[in-house]
Amino acid sequence: MTDRTYGTRLPGLTEDALGGKLVVIEGADGSGRTTEVALLKEWLEVEGHAVVDTGLRRSTLVAEEIDRAKQGHTLGATTMALLYAVDFADQLENKIVPALAAGSTVLADRYIYTLMARAVVRGASREWARRLYGFALQPDLVVFLEARPEILLHRAISKYGSLDYWESGMDLSLSRDLFESFFAYQDRLSKEFAWVGAEYGFHRVDANRRPEQVDEDVRALVAPLYRSAARSAPRRSIIRPRKRAASG
Amino acid sequence: MPSETPSPSHGFPGRLFVFEGLDGSGKSTQAALLGKWLQAQGYRVFFTEWNSSELTAATIRRGKKKNLLTPTTFSLLHATDFADRFERKILPPLRAGYLVVCDRYAYTAFVRDAARGCDPAWVRNIYSFAPRPDRVFYFRVPVAVTLKRKIASRLKINYYEAGMDLGLSDDLHDSYERFQTRLKQEYDRIARTDEFTVIDSGRPVETIQSELRGHVRPILDRFPTAEGLMHDG
Repeated sequence: MTDRTYGTRLPGLTEDALGGKLVVIEGADGSGRTTEVALLKEWLEVEGHAVVDTGLRRSTLVAEEIDRAKQGHTLGATTMALLYAVDFADQLENKIVPALAAGSTVLADRYIYTLMARAVVRGASREWARRLYGFALQPDLVVFLEARPEILLHRAISKYGSLDYWESGMDLSLSRDLFESFFAYQDRLSKEFAWVGAEYGFHRVDANRRPEQVDEDVRALVAPLYRSAARSAPRRSIIRPRKRAASG
Repeated sequence: MPSETPSPSHGFPGRLFVFEGLDGSGKSTQAALLGKWLQAQGYRVFFTEWNSSELTAATIRRGKKKNLLTPTTFSLLHATDFADRFERKILPPLRAGYLVVCDRYAYTAFVRDAARGCDPAWVRNIYSFAPRPDRVFYFRVPVAVTLKRKIASRLKINYYEAGMDLGLSDDLHDSYERFQTRLKQEYDRIARTDEFTVIDSGRPVETIQSELRGHVRPILDRFPTAEGLMHDG
């Protein structure tokens, strides 16, 4: 079965209908993702949909290893990219697929796109990253919250009280100055997100505004997913990559 | 003056020799002997085997214990482990001009993951960071022989090693035999596509070792020894 994934079959994924919807909220740290996921979840539940939320680094299998690796800063770029892929695959198979099979809506606070952008910024080729995540399910909708670097900076500082080592890309040695590194890193990330977004069909939402305004736009994108859902056959994703990974 | 010519296979100054084959095929014994011989000749040798690095050993153990692993996570976890070993242990000596002898390499993953139903093209892409070795020695052996050795060694056959996660059989030994047969078929298949040097492992240790040395000698023609490099110029 490859028509629900990005081109590579996922062993064990059966023909059974995945009745639920997979909605992804992407965006840089400080773009308001987490707030939006909470608002959207609340709204969907009030509308009567069962919602399961998920995010990165939450798998039971390797979350600890990732945390430890981040503390020690010792892993190479390829190793780190693959460790994140393990974490993602574990959640996809043990959380996302079962929830969709049960008819729930899965709200993902980041998905493969962040992982791809981070890996490419750290030296992986786009092609490698794209094919690595060929086993991922194609979401029904990907919303990208787009905010200016200055906004991200202020939100990061107000959230953590300082800039985060990883969100500033300090491991890339772009600058020894945290502040400069933050901007250089976010600039590179946003270039990669532009590529990923074009490749995978992101719906961009202006996230330089207040949460209620962002939420209103996101709802307008999400609502149509449920309109014809009552008697629908197993869904096919409305978002397709421009190119498919070779699967043979 | 001796100097390192970049390898025609991967472009690094060192040379990469890989030993592949089923458990119990005798490859580890032979890899160790070859390493000893190379060292005795004065070459700078780095020997490494792919079991588990500190990084993922605990995770793999935990996953295995709870049988949490699927073909996809199993594959990615081993790829992570290999990448860590590659980035930290294989690449630096290769760049420094060492002879790197690997007991198992990416091919082990190609074979094992294919036997578990992963898409071979997907797996190959993941490992595309691993350079092509100068020579891959594949130790070909009948599955029945490896099973006999396994039993004689009294090492416990573990769940994943027997491919029990595939549901081939409820019996551990039976499953082991079936799974190893799949691995062997896959090894035999890629032995052609990836141009392995096939070693018939049903012969005395000395015979095999001398054949291996014969294969390696021409590759090391004019390759500098440590002595030559250190006192050069």
